[in-house]
Amino acid sequence: MAYVAVKGGERAIDAAHAWLAETRRGDAAVPELSLAQIEQQMGLAVDRVMAEGACYDRGLAALAIKQARGDLIEAAFLLRAYRTTLPRFGASLPIDSGAMRIRRRISATYKDLPGGQVLGPTFDYTHRLLDFALAGDRPVSQEPGRESPRPASLAGSQPAPAPAGIAAGLPRVTGILAQEGLMAPEAPGEAEPPDLTREPLAFPAGRPLRLQALARGDEGFLLAMGYSTQRGYGNAHPFVGEIRMGEVAVEILPPELGFAVEIGEITVTECQMVNQFAGSKTEPPQFTRGYGLVFGHGERKAMAMSLVDRALRADELGEEATAPAQCQEFVLYHCDNVEATGFVEHLKLPHYVDFQSELEKVREMRATVLREAAE
Amino acid sequence: MAVLARADAAAIATRLEHAPPLPPATRLRGPEIGLVMARGRQGGDGAPFNLGEVTVTRCSVSLPDGRIGHAYVAGRDLRQAELAAVLDAALQDPAARPALLEAVIEPLAAAQAAEAAAVAARAAATRVQFFTMQTMR
Repeated sequence: MAYVAVKGGERAIDAAHAWLAETRRGDAAVPELSLAQIEQQMGLAVDRVMAEGACYDRGLAALAIKQARGDLIEAAFLLRAYRTTLPRFGASLPIDSGAMRIRRRISATYKDLPGGQVLGPTFDYTHRLLDFALAGDRPVSQEPGRESPRPASLAGSQPAPAPAGIAAGLPRVTGILAQEGLMAPEAPGEAEPPDLTREPLAFPAGRPLRLQALARGDEGFLLAMGYSTQRGYGNAHPFVGEIRMGEVAVEILPPELGFAVEIGEITVTECQMVNQFAGSKTEPPQFTRGYGLVFGHGERKAMAMSLVDRALRADELGEEATAPAQCQEFVLYHCDNVEATGFVEHLKLPHYVDFQSELEKVREMRATVLREAAE
Repeated sequence: MAVLARADAAAIATRLEHAPPLPPATRLRGPEIGLVMARGRQGGDGAPFNLGEVTVTRCSVSLPDGRIGHAYVAGRDLRQAELAAVLDAALQDPAARPALLEAVIEPLAAAQAAEAAAVAARAAATRVQFFTMQTMR
C-alpha cells in the first residue's frame, strides 16, 4: 500500500522541488543575493550556522543559508551533511583564547580590568528602534560612533582619548580571581577528548564531551535552559566574568612536518561565567566557572552555553541536581537541533500503516466501551 | 606558513609577479579539501575539548632538486594551498630564500599586520573609560 503511494508521488515531488527553487529565488525583478552579500551582510546568521553546523567555513555557511531560504536550522543541517563528505586531516592544538586578537571584551565583574572594557561592534546600547536609513540605499558611514547618541547607561564614561590599538593577549578575568585563590582551577590534562562526530553520546558524559555538544547545540534551546537556571531551576548565581570576541590562530601538528604550523585564524566568542560556590567537604568556598566557546560572533549562545555548562557541573561539585538544566541526559539529548528536527519532522512522513493499526485498535476499544455501557 | 595561510591565492599570486620565478613543481598530494577538528580548552585554560571542525586545504609538492613542500591552509582555496606548498619547498633553498622572503612573505606579512593594527585601533576606539574609576582613585 505504501509503495504505491511513493510511486505516484514522484511527479508531485519534482513539481514541489521546482516550485521550491522558484520560491527561493523570489521575484526575478529583485536582484539575486550573492554568497558574498550573505557572508558580509548576514554575518551573524553565517556565524550561527557555522556554530550549529559545527563546521567553520563562512562561504559554505552562506551557501547553506541561501539554499535553505534563510532557515538557519535547515542550513546547519546542510552544513553537517556536507562535512560528512570530507576527509578528516586531524585535530588542531587547543586554541589559545588568551592570545585572542580582541574585537570585543567586556566584564561585568571588574570595571577597571587590565586592558579595559572594549565594546566592539555590539547591539548593546542601541535603542532598538527600526533604523529606516537602512531601508534606503544610503551608504553607511565608516566612522566610529556615528550611529547612536551617547547611550544612557554609559553616560558617565567617555571613549578612550587616543586609541593606541588593543594589544593581543589581554589577561583573563578568571586569572585575576585565580591569583587570589578565589577561582577553582580548571582540571589540567592533555587527554585526547572524546568526539561526538565519531562516537555517539554516552552517559555519564565528561565535561569535554558536554562542551562539544553544547558548542554545536541549538542557541534557542541553550538560551531557554540557561534562562531557567537564572529563574530558579537550579542553583545559579552567575556573573559575566568576561566575554571576549575576536580572532584566534588555529595550529596543527602535521605528522609529515613534526612541528606545529598555523593554518589560519578563526573568529570565536568566549564567555567565562563566574559562579559563587559555597564549598564542599573537600573544597573551600570559592568561585567556579561556567564556560562558553562558540564559532563566530555568538554572544548570546556563548553566555547561554556557559550557564548550562555550570549547571551541568552539579554532580562534579557535589550540588543537588534537581532542575532540568542540571540533568545531562535531558540537556545533551535535546540540545542538537539537527537531531531534534529529524525526529520531530519525521512525524510528517507517511505513517499510514502505523496509523491504520492504531485506528483499528481505537475503533475496537471504543466499540467495547460503548457495548459495555449499553449493557 | 602562518603568513601564507592568512593570504588568499590572489594576494600570493600578485606578490609572486614581483619575485623570481618559482621552479616547476610536481604535485605529490592534493590540493585536497578536508577538515581539521578545532579544539578549545575548558575554562579557557583546562583540558582540551572538541569545538568543531574547520575546512582546510592541504597540498604537498616536490621540486626538481628533490625538496618537498607542504601546506595546510584554512578554507577551500586549492590554488592558495598549492602556491603555499611550492613556496614552502622553494623557501628551503638557501639561494632562493632571501629573494622570496623579500618579495612575497614580508610584504604579505606587512599587509596583514597593518590590517590587524587597523582592527585593533577600531577596537580601541570602543574602549570605555569610566569617570567614576578616576575619582575613586
